[in-house]
Amino acid sequence: MSLSAKQKTTVKEFFGKMSTRSDDIGAEALSRLVAVYPQTKSYFSHWKDASPGSAPVRKHGITIMGGVYDAVTKIDDLKGGLLSLSELHAFMLRVDPVNFKLLAHCMLVCMSMVFPEEFTPQVHVAVDKFLAQLALALAEKYR
Amino acid sequence: MVEWTEFERDTIKDIFSKIDYDVVGPAALTRCLVVYPWTRRYFGIFGALYNAEAIMGNEMVANHGKKVLHGLDRAVKNMDHIKESYCELSQLHSDQFHVDPDNFRLLADCLAIAIATQWGSAFTPDIQAAFQKFLSVVVFSLGSQYH
Repeated sequence: MSLSAKQKTTVKEFFGKMSTRSDDIGAEALSRLVAVYPQTKSYFSHWKDASPGSAPVRKHGITIMGGVYDAVTKIDDLKGGLLSLSELHAFMLRVDPVNFKLLAHCMLVCMSMVFPEEFTPQVHVAVDKFLAQLALALAEKYR
Repeated sequence: MVEWTEFERDTIKDIFSKIDYDVVGPAALTRCLVVYPWTRRYFGIFGALYNAEAIMGNEMVANHGKKVLHGLDRAVKNMDHIKESYCELSQLHSDQFHVDPDNFRLLADCLAIAIATQWGSAFTPDIQAAFQKFLSVVVFSLGSQYH
């Protein structure tokens, strides 16, 4: 389910529009991940506070969104572009890939909250596909 | 039996008292058909579904979206007996419509996004968690009579 040229453009344009709010959306998305799917907190047991809205969660959400934005610039070759991030997730973090889907869903919820007009069904499908491709690229080195 | 906190019960009742069925139902089903195009396999009789614009303008999709959203009402009224409330509907979806139950999960995700679009920041993480828990129980119940 790879992105068409038009969908790549749609993704770049929407992420461009989103850029002023990207930190908020990143922070909020990770907060929602731990709120809606509490089992994901298992990856953050080294934090004093992994509850929704906590400082470490928000900070890390911003970091993750930064990675997503970087991936937009590498949209034409996600596997190649995300090689080292994939190695990090595969050998060090060892996040079960099912969680990429859960976080993607939370990102989509946040995008639709902040940009209800712009996040049309057409934008939704393009961004959903992009995040799915991103997840695949991140899982590339797992086994 | 599912255990619900008071917050969760109140949240579900609140969501469904405020929801605009005529907007959210169609929006959710439309998104499902656009974002997960394989779901169109179940709606051959709806006519033109070949692209996003066709789906978004399709009156049968809109009407069916409202119907599906109202299908959640019985769960709202019967939160302690959701599985039983959906016995018949589950059999129907299995034996008559032959719907892959994973599609219920996809529609539930689209419903969360449709509500988020309407409510904005009022759709807090806690409310989202309660809503998605509720939907996952309905999704499970709808798949429960498959054989």
